[in-house]
Amino acid sequence: MSYAKSTFRHPSLQPNQLGYDKRAYEGALSTLCAGCGHDSVGAAIVQACFEANIEPHKVAKISGIGCSSKTPAYFLGKSHGFNSVHGRMPSVATGANMANRDMIYLGVSGDGDTASIGFGQFAHVNRRNLNMLYLVENNGCYGLTKGQDSATTDVGSVSKKGQANPFTAIDLCATALEMGATFVARSFSGDKAQLVPLIKAALRHPGFAFIDVLSPCVTFNNTTTSTKSYDYVRDHVAATGAIDVIPMQQEITTDYQPGSSHEVTLHDGSVVHLYKGDVDLDVTCKVSAQEAIRRHQLEGAVLTGLLYMDPQSRDFHQMINSVKGPLRDLDEAALCPGQKALDAINASFR
Amino acid sequence: MRPSDIAHPEHFHKVVDCQYACPAHTPVPQYIRLIAQQRYSEAYLLNWESNVFPGVLGRTCDRPCEPACRRGRVEEQPVAICRLKRVAADFKDDIKAQLPTIPEQKNGKKVALVGAGPAALTVARDLAPLGYQLDIYDAQPKAGGFMRSQIPSFRLPEAVLDEEVGYILDMGPVTHFNHYVDSLQSLLAQDYDAIFVGSGAPRGRDLPNLPGRQQADADIHIGIDWLANVAFEHTTSIGEKVIVLGGGNTAMDCCRTARRLGGKDVKVLVRSPFDEMKASAWEKEDALHEDIPIIDNHVPTEFVLENGKLVGMRFDKVEAHYDSSGKRTLQPTGEQAFYPCDQVLVAIGQENAFPWIERDLGIEFDQWETPVVDATSFQSTLPRVFFGGDAAFGPKNVITAVAHGHQAAISIDLFCQGESVLQRPAPRTNLISQKMNIHDWTYDNGVAADLRFAVPLADKEQALNDRRLEVELGFDLATAYQEAERCLNCDVQTVFDAANCIECDACADVCPTSCINFTADGDEDDLRGRLNAPSSNRDQVLYIADGLKTGRIMAKDENVCLHCGLCAERCPTGAWDMQQFNYQVTKSAELLAVPLVPKQQRVG
Repeated sequence: MSYAKSTFRHPSLQPNQLGYDKRAYEGALSTLCAGCGHDSVGAAIVQACFEANIEPHKVAKISGIGCSSKTPAYFLGKSHGFNSVHGRMPSVATGANMANRDMIYLGVSGDGDTASIGFGQFAHVNRRNLNMLYLVENNGCYGLTKGQDSATTDVGSVSKKGQANPFTAIDLCATALEMGATFVARSFSGDKAQLVPLIKAALRHPGFAFIDVLSPCVTFNNTTTSTKSYDYVRDHVAATGAIDVIPMQQEITTDYQPGSSHEVTLHDGSVVHLYKGDVDLDVTCKVSAQEAIRRHQLEGAVLTGLLYMDPQSRDFHQMINSVKGPLRDLDEAALCPGQKALDAINASFR
Repeated sequence: MRPSDIAHPEHFHKVVDCQYACPAHTPVPQYIRLIAQQRYSEAYLLNWESNVFPGVLGRTCDRPCEPACRRGRVEEQPVAICRLKRVAADFKDDIKAQLPTIPEQKNGKKVALVGAGPAALTVARDLAPLGYQLDIYDAQPKAGGFMRSQIPSFRLPEAVLDEEVGYILDMGPVTHFNHYVDSLQSLLAQDYDAIFVGSGAPRGRDLPNLPGRQQADADIHIGIDWLANVAFEHTTSIGEKVIVLGGGNTAMDCCRTARRLGGKDVKVLVRSPFDEMKASAWEKEDALHEDIPIIDNHVPTEFVLENGKLVGMRFDKVEAHYDSSGKRTLQPTGEQAFYPCDQVLVAIGQENAFPWIERDLGIEFDQWETPVVDATSFQSTLPRVFFGGDAAFGPKNVITAVAHGHQAAISIDLFCQGESVLQRPAPRTNLISQKMNIHDWTYDNGVAADLRFAVPLADKEQALNDRRLEVELGFDLATAYQEAERCLNCDVQTVFDAANCIECDACADVCPTSCINFTADGDEDDLRGRLNAPSSNRDQVLYIADGLKTGRIMAKDENVCLHCGLCAERCPTGAWDMQQFNYQVTKSAELLAVPLVPKQQRVG
């Protein structure tokens, strides 16, 4: 027997612009249930970081507790990581981000970790517009404890347990919009064509980027009566339209029909192209996004794709006017500016 | 694209690259697994059923399997398939009891075999268990044909050949050695129901018109005749300075033999560039290893004599030029070269010759004076005469001769039973799931990252002093195991069942070589252009399955699949399964007491 992944890769796959092959972005072989949506999300993260030419050592993966929070072991094996306390990933991410703003922060959480035990932390990290990607692998159940309904389980959805859920579901995208996130998207683990560009755009977004990824639990919540099963999501999905991220300094080569695309320019000059779908939505308008989410909810559809982004986003560091670089770069002179500086501060209070 | 018809015997056969490339379709991965499991006798018998001479071929095969080996597409070097075959032969027990029994009661049909080389011996082996009465004729004193006369014993010890030829002679054919058949008509006049001609391609090409050829005749030898004379000990020495002309494997055998018979300054001169020589890469290496320079791009122009004695040869230097279609021409550079020598061995090819076949018997000959032979049935235009081996379609190699022998035996049997030789039996195939438990397969599915192991060689000094000392020592068992573990088990197929698939992408995500795709249908060009990994090797099929809920298709590029089974490991619904594909060329007779499909046994 063997349950190990060979080190061989397809011999004709090319490395990315940094010279890294895709293996540099992979992690350990997953120990999740076979067919878990979370593994596809991990594969999408690998693909996105590879394509976006992100140096693996510039990424910090932070997670809480749950099946979802195990997944950082299975991607970006050469990045930094912190598997924290249940629901407390936002605090750890905030602390890390405050100490070193030069890193790329990737928080991975689940519906329990975010919508139940970590709901308070989730609200506040939104409010602060912390520069990070907060990605929820949302399977609508507590998979690690045998599949009880979670706070994102839809009313009436029936998992393998056999009981219809009586409680109102928390819509994490709607919550994020309400709480101040500046980039909000929803996707599906089974749709990498949509998910990979969303992750690339979110990693580039200067501020709090939130992606709610519906990621079916094959073991406990992939029944025909569940609203978070592979089949249900596929049958009820409505997408806002594809997006494409064009990094700054790169020639735009993608062809698209005039009038079919909407461009959003980011702070660093990169451009996010939005190809309009059938959904009536202005992604730079929060009210439009909220309304679209609600409308699809009422129609029994799952709206996926980019829902909202604020091109004028100012992240936490900008809001609190913090020091421009990582704290580790501050020398003694900067940390102890001396009597003169103290006198000036004191004088300002007189 | 049209969904793949995996029930078709050839679909998965093509995925087993080595077996597909082998003319006799030896089930290579299966015997390599048996070697890894230390079941050498079974590995040997599996080989023996397919290729009749595992010990001989494990040393001398042209190994079409190795360039085809998938391992060579994933890393640089293929599995040392040929040398693993030798391991099976070296370490087997006495297998005589496992060989087919020959019925006392004959079936009343009599077949004459002309030649006792690999093709005719294969026919004999395949027909004897059916009760045929067989008469084998050969001009030489012993059976083996070119395996004996042309392959030097430092590559193939006589004992190995005697053993494997012996298995067939023990089946009771009547042998007529030292008996050159000089008339097919007289054979036809006897009471044979069928005649098989496996007389090889016995005529070595010469350079009759080169100046000095006649005058220096005493010091110029035709390579294959000279090798035969060495093998039968009519020739025991050669001059110190020897030129070998030619770039094929016979030239390599000539030069290495010359080194052992007293040649001190032996060199090979060849018309073509080194990389385009016909000799196998490893045979060239072996010659170079024995300090034999190979001088390429030299076309012989003259045998130079002084006082009536050969003193050297003159050559024109040439350069290879290629036109737009890749066709090569050798154009003179204007330079000439002279190499001194005492003797010359001419190994520039060989051809068929049938001076003993009367042309009025009803056997049609083509413009090249070779018989017209059906490529499937090996029947000539005279229905009861069949051809095989080099005699059928010109010089090839031992394994091809064996493959011909199998097919000719089927034809002869059909013919003698009054049935149409065109009714070829289908190959036998089956697919068997290899799953035993969670994470547990019957085969060692972990892919070793080892590089190819080299076969140890005998001391060069000693080897050059003894033409009978085998140069290659063969793998020891520890190395053989490691080399066997390099096999990717390409016969254990990834079998997909769309009805069970929930399109979770787990297989596509985990696949180390990005083979698996779920995508919109398209034609082959379109599909190959947009798979997860470049898909440029068109010799390898795309495995296409439809019937998925989303209307997409599953497209798997078989090119660099490692057969590691992770897709099946990570499949939650059993839509993927690893199933061993057996493909057996049907022979005229059941030859093995052991089943083709070995007992499922846990490896490790």
